[in-house]
Amino acid sequence: MLRSNSRVADMVPAGVVSAPAPLLALRDVTLTYANGGQQIIAAQNISLTVQTGDRIVLLGPSGCGKSTLLKAVGGFIRPAAGSIRLADKPITAPGPDRMMVFQEFDQLLPWKTVLGNVMFPMVASRKFDRKTARERARDIIRRVGLEAFVDAYPHTLSGGMKQRVAIARALVMEPKMLLMDEPFGALDALTRRRMQHELLSLWDDLRFTLIFVTHGIEEGIIIGSRLFVMTPHPGTIHTEINVNAYGDGSRAEPSFGRLAGEIEDLLLERPGMRNGLGYDI
Amino acid sequence: MTSEAKASHPLRGFFGSSAIRRVLLILLLAAIWEGYGRFLGDDLLFPSLSKTVAALFASTESGELPSRLANSLTTLGLGYAAGIALAAILTTLAISTRFGADLLSMLTSMFSPLPAVALLPMAILWFGIGQPAIVFVIMFSVLWVLVLNAQSGFHGVSPALRMTGYNLSLTGWRHVLFILAPAAFPSILSGLKIGWAFAWRTLIAAELVFGASSRSGGLGWFIAEHRNELAIDQVFAGMLVVILVGLLVEIGIFRTIEKVTVIRWGMQRG
Repeated sequence: MLRSNSRVADMVPAGVVSAPAPLLALRDVTLTYANGGQQIIAAQNISLTVQTGDRIVLLGPSGCGKSTLLKAVGGFIRPAAGSIRLADKPITAPGPDRMMVFQEFDQLLPWKTVLGNVMFPMVASRKFDRKTARERARDIIRRVGLEAFVDAYPHTLSGGMKQRVAIARALVMEPKMLLMDEPFGALDALTRRRMQHELLSLWDDLRFTLIFVTHGIEEGIIIGSRLFVMTPHPGTIHTEINVNAYGDGSRAEPSFGRLAGEIEDLLLERPGMRNGLGYDI
Repeated sequence: MTSEAKASHPLRGFFGSSAIRRVLLILLLAAIWEGYGRFLGDDLLFPSLSKTVAALFASTESGELPSRLANSLTTLGLGYAAGIALAAILTTLAISTRFGADLLSMLTSMFSPLPAVALLPMAILWFGIGQPAIVFVIMFSVLWVLVLNAQSGFHGVSPALRMTGYNLSLTGWRHVLFILAPAAFPSILSGLKIGWAFAWRTLIAAELVFGASSRSGGLGWFIAEHRNELAIDQVFAGMLVVILVGLLVEIGIFRTIEKVTVIRWGMQRG
């Protein structure tokens, strides 16, 4: 077994093995938006690649272009320069292969029940027929722990439950990637922690590819496998940090606190941090 | 414990129910009406409730009132439907083109302060005396409030909800059908409700003043005709029917729709 495997590896050109074709590739992407007739640069010269199963976190203060970057991957914004390619095809429009989860609770359709909301993308995109959609919806609703609320309308749910519905609605489409724009930003601290835990255990089960935008340093370290620290004016990627070693239980570890502190220094532009971080990049 | 005892007092529960309070209020008003009518003793000025009800039954039995009511409702239905159709066209224009939006905001601000009945003299010149003129005026009375409400409903759809639709590659009419229209529905419904009230008032007023020549006049004409005959109990009966139909549509139709839609969805408070 082992022998034959290594033999196959021998036959494949070395470059392909070390760098499989990325799921998503951003090359020199610059994003602008118009503000009163003036073009303002939201993000400049962003290059990064995402592999299947990565948990990418874009971390930075407001104005660093992280949400704009996410929306560009979502297809809502066309880059002013550079290219964004998903599975080697340029992204030109939004599509259900990149499901978005927003911070706002009103992303759910208030006129549909929890079941209706989760079924909606499957039916509206004509990807599944109604019967299959209903079964799949029930499955994923059970998975996010809302089986008691399938027939409830969104306005009767708590904020955390609404975000669970939004996550279920996105994951049920089996998208190529899940794009989350500060999804837990409007939740209280305790609910937020629980949602982080639940998102990670969902990832353990389903191994989706995630791009997660946040300004919470701890949240970023816990959620991400790769964390991109972004700085504003104009928005650029300052540093990439491999945070795969940290998970939901890492908060108490001394190195976790140290890393969080150093990222904070970097974001607050405290002296002594300008020449980079000292860990594997 | 004391508060529990208080809450469970039978009379408190009795007066606590809003339905019962309303019935009591209606009975009180009816008693005042009846009492004042009898006290005045002048049926030409203020007939009592019992005489009004008797007149109501008499003209219902003779078939006069039902046919007048049917005429009114037909006219109203035509005008209301025409108003909705035109409002749908104008709203589509307004949300799809910049020019349409500008035009519409100008038209609505110009025409919404103009009472529709004021158009009736011209409508009669254009369409002749009769149903078409009244239908036109009713359409005009419904149109602007409908357009205004629908437009603000569409503009008020949250960006997150819009993006949710685009995310699923919903564009064009499918985006409108699946996302925008349901999200704007509370506004549209309240436009329909206000429009109905406008239409009903306009209809009665128009019939009262100009519906005279038409043999198939409506409720307003019923009132005007009997006033000329000094059959004031019939006039009161006609007004009572105007009120009852208004309440019935408001509570029976619109309130029911609200309960199973916008209130149930939490898009409007109950």
